[in-house]
Amino acid sequence: MIRLIQLELQKLWLNRTSRVLIFISFILPFTVLVLSSIKINFFGFFTLELGELGIFNFPIIWHITTFFASYFKFFFAIVVVSMIGNEYSNKTLKQNLIDGLSKKEFILSKFYTIVFFSLAATILIGTATFLIGLYYSSYTEASIIIREVEFLLAYFVKLVGFFSLCLFFGMLVKRSAFALAFLVVLYIFEWLFFWGAYEAFGNSDDAFAVKNFLPLESMYKLIDQPIQRIVMTKFPEKTELVYDYAVHWYEIAVVLGWTALFIFLSYRLLKKRDL
Amino acid sequence: MENILTINNLTKKFGYLTAVKDLSFTINKGNVYGILGPNGSGKSTTLGIVLNVVNKTSGDFHWFDGAINTHEALKKVGAIIERPNFYPYMSAEQNLKLVCKIKGVSEDKIIEKLEVVGLLDRKDSKFKTYSLGMKQRLAIASALLNDPEILILDEPTNGLDPQGIHQIRQIIKEIASQGTTILLASHLLDEVEKVCSHVVVLRKGEKLYSGRVDEMISSHGFFELKSEHSADMIAFLESDARFGKVKTEGDLITAFLNEPFSAQEFNQLMFDNNIVLSHLVKRKESLEEQFLQLTDNLN
Repeated sequence: MIRLIQLELQKLWLNRTSRVLIFISFILPFTVLVLSSIKINFFGFFTLELGELGIFNFPIIWHITTFFASYFKFFFAIVVVSMIGNEYSNKTLKQNLIDGLSKKEFILSKFYTIVFFSLAATILIGTATFLIGLYYSSYTEASIIIREVEFLLAYFVKLVGFFSLCLFFGMLVKRSAFALAFLVVLYIFEWLFFWGAYEAFGNSDDAFAVKNFLPLESMYKLIDQPIQRIVMTKFPEKTELVYDYAVHWYEIAVVLGWTALFIFLSYRLLKKRDL
Repeated sequence: MENILTINNLTKKFGYLTAVKDLSFTINKGNVYGILGPNGSGKSTTLGIVLNVVNKTSGDFHWFDGAINTHEALKKVGAIIERPNFYPYMSAEQNLKLVCKIKGVSEDKIIEKLEVVGLLDRKDSKFKTYSLGMKQRLAIASALLNDPEILILDEPTNGLDPQGIHQIRQIIKEIASQGTTILLASHLLDEVEKVCSHVVVLRKGEKLYSGRVDEMISSHGFFELKSEHSADMIAFLESDARFGKVKTEGDLITAFLNEPFSAQEFNQLMFDNNIVLSHLVKRKESLEEQFLQLTDNLN
């Protein structure tokens, strides 16, 4: 396993484009997080301090940081699709197999790398969140801090699932740009599916219940948007704002299911293909 | 003798097209094999199958008497297929390090192998800056990293300039002289003739011949003759049962032998018959002539 990760890391690290993208995908969310946590003075007119809104309080901070950090996954998604696309365009996939890598090992080396980067991103966001929380949070009792850390787990699963989807699209179309286009197509398809379900069931709740099982939506659903929750804490009397934002085990199970399917299909695709 | 590769009834179909048809042959240790065949005869497909990049339709093959699975076996094989494939953004040395990691061998052979192919002074240049000849030589260095039991080369001199072709052939000969088994696929017959001891001849995916180069067709060779008395000589040759076909091109007469006959005996015979030769050469068919004869016979 170490050997397979080392292989892939060498391929990625020596490529300037992917090195820059990896750097961005780690540094950018981190920077945004740190910047948002400091007090910004707009030329003496007014000061903006997001901390005052209470968004850096435990446990809601876990929810907020993981939600916004997950948008930066698109940078690493480009790395994932290009690490497949490049292997095809350079024909190095063929050479790797001839040199004695099995098709299974090839897919595994990509998958392990995805897990490795997702884990690294999770640890980084987790640490940053913990430190900022300690600094700003009104409550720092251990029991409150560790409440809702499951958002970190959800974040990790979400990244692994999304990158596995990218890996599969990369294997399917062999070209980075087309693979990214496929993501957009899938996004549109899921809304079309939703529309179809809406027509069939006649209400949006049931239609969403079905859509929640589709790949992109199931990943999105892992961490619900936290905006409503922030508003909810400001206006506790407005009961119509109450919604279910928790991370549920079945949501994680659905995404893990998709992940397993995408990796398996990538392997099947490679096994069947003549290079 | 130790078997390196055994192929049994291998067939590959691409849709309606049969690229390899019921092919069987064995590669033994220590020989230099050539796979001969015109373009599209199934050479690369056959190599692709045994190298795990093309899926077979039916039949089977096994490496090293089937003791280990294919991808483990490939770690003991060095192979170059058509074009050299490396990561363009990595230097030669970095590319070879990656190959070492895949094959699971130590990295201390890299310098030695780069030296063999004469690329040591360019080891830190990126692969994309290399000329085709250098790329091909790097591919050979890469294939040698694990001191392979067998080296597989598919059209190694394709697209190279004369110097490049010469360098590659020189390297192949050196490797062959050290006793490494080599399998060389090519449509360039003189290339195969210069280095190979055994050949497999393919046409349209079917095996026409496999065995030693010099036994490819049962031939006793031919005489190339010139003489002042050519009319007498032709009449004599045509009446003698030891000679088959007699061909005349300008003043050069070619007489094919039906049985072994030495040039010395023949010269004596002619002289005794009052035919004085001005030119006498005994030759065997070149591989090219044999190959054309073999493929023509089936047309």
